Amino acid sequence: MGIVLELRDIRKSFGSEVVLDHLSLLVPEHTATALIGASGSGKSTLLRCINLLETIDDGQIFLDGAEISDPLIDVDQVRRKLGMVFQSFNLFPHKTVLENITLAPIKVQGKSRDEAIEMAERLLKRFDLSDKADQYPDRLSGGQQQRVAIIRSLACNPRLLLLDEITSALDPVLVNEVLSIVRDLKSDAMTMVLATHEMGFATQVADEVCFLESGNILERGSAEQVLHNPQHPKTQEFLRRVHQAGRL
Amino acid sequence: MTESKNSAWSPSSREIERRNSRRAMSRKHTGIAVASSLIVLGTLAIVLVTSPGWESVKSTFFDVDYGREVLPKVIKGLWINIQLTFMGGAAIGVIALALALMRTTKSPALTPFRFLATAYVDIFRGAPLILIILLVGFGVPALGLKGISGNVIFLGTLAVVLTYSAYVAEVIRSGILSIHPSQRAAARSLGLSSGQTMRFVVLPQAIRRVVPPLLNDFVSLLKDTGLVSILGVTDAVRAAQINASRTFNYTPYVVAAILFLLITIPMTRYTDRAIRQRTQAQNSEGAT
Repeated sequence: MGIVLELRDIRKSFGSEVVLDHLSLLVPEHTATALIGASGSGKSTLLRCINLLETIDDGQIFLDGAEISDPLIDVDQVRRKLGMVFQSFNLFPHKTVLENITLAPIKVQGKSRDEAIEMAERLLKRFDLSDKADQYPDRLSGGQQQRVAIIRSLACNPRLLLLDEITSALDPVLVNEVLSIVRDLKSDAMTMVLATHEMGFATQVADEVCFLESGNILERGSAEQVLHNPQHPKTQEFLRRVHQAGRL
Repeated sequence: MTESKNSAWSPSSREIERRNSRRAMSRKHTGIAVASSLIVLGTLAIVLVTSPGWESVKSTFFDVDYGREVLPKVIKGLWINIQLTFMGGAAIGVIALALALMRTTKSPALTPFRFLATAYVDIFRGAPLILIILLVGFGVPALGLKGISGNVIFLGTLAVVLTYSAYVAEVIRSGILSIHPSQRAAARSLGLSSGQTMRFVVLPQAIRRVVPPLLNDFVSLLKDTGLVSILGVTDAVRAAQINASRTFNYTPYVVAAILFLLITIPMTRYTDRAIRQRTQAQNSEGAT
């Protein structure tokens, strides 16, 4: 089993504020890594650094063994291999669901229109959204929009899928329809890194759980270890607070 | 279950009471509106008609027979204004879009263009249009270039296009800047290049957003084409001027004004409606 992603000693700061500090991470193929931690612990920044939306200050990032933190790298090429789903969906409001999904396959991967549409329709059918193909995003519920956003990423056949708190902007009743897609992807052996506040969900899909605090991974291990038998006092404190908020 | 309840619904006595009092209230409001309009507009009319110079104003500005006589000439001039508006409008759209893109680009190779575009916008947005018309109208012929030197219609349009391109470029640029960075992030993370992101994601949304203000500029453009008359173009304003100065009767100006209004008022109404629809669409869109 190869290593898809390797982060080596990453550092990232915004001005004087250090957001990621000597952070290292290995993501093997077909595994899901969950990043947990309080807001501001650096989860989103980490994901944005991985797909080069942010430039790291130090350290190295490797994708399939090739360094992508090299400034001479073609970022568009790198991003073709990475899928990213955002907390706020970020669908293109002027395009229909089908157009949202087929844009990158046609313009980036050079697929024919028919080919792209066929694949998009197959994905929409698989995730039960066939009837929404010609709708505009604002006619969809939040859960449907986020499912479309996931499909949009999948349409590019990503090597690695980055999920940035994809249920945080959703009504509690809509969370599950989105999470069930991720469970599906997990059973398809998709390699994923996900920042999440849903501990129950992390337990279900994550092979490794990393607890972030002030830009560092304080504790890592299987979901069982980190979520149910945390060793670090900060992890214990965090999980206690999550528990009080009723999310475990 | 709720449906059967709905179909059996008839307003309660309290609701009927409320409706009656709302109706009474609206009747009262209509009455007040009519009365106040009669008082205000009536007073204005009386002041106008009883003013000492009214008779001479009536004959020199509102001479119906003379107005009818000059109408065809003024309409012929107005046709020039309309042509200038549409041809100029097309050129403005193209140039303004190029300027806006130049000003928003981050590509290092285009740095000189970004600088030039900024300077261009500063100059042409900051100088009065009438000065630009005079400078272009008399300055360009002095260059002695073949073909265009003597053509006042071309020179006048050129001046208007130069100035309006700067205005419209800023409107388009503000539209581009108003698109949330998350849209760009989403497009880039799908692997679209920055050019593709601009073309397929940012620009289509930006243009949609600025259509109402652009319609406003289009109305202004039509009016401002009247300024090219100072170069001797026989547009509606010039046609009116020629006739007025021949007879010392100013009715042609009033005719020209009415003709402009006949076009601009419907356009303004349409623009207002477009703005209203745009606002509603944005509100339903929420954060994006």
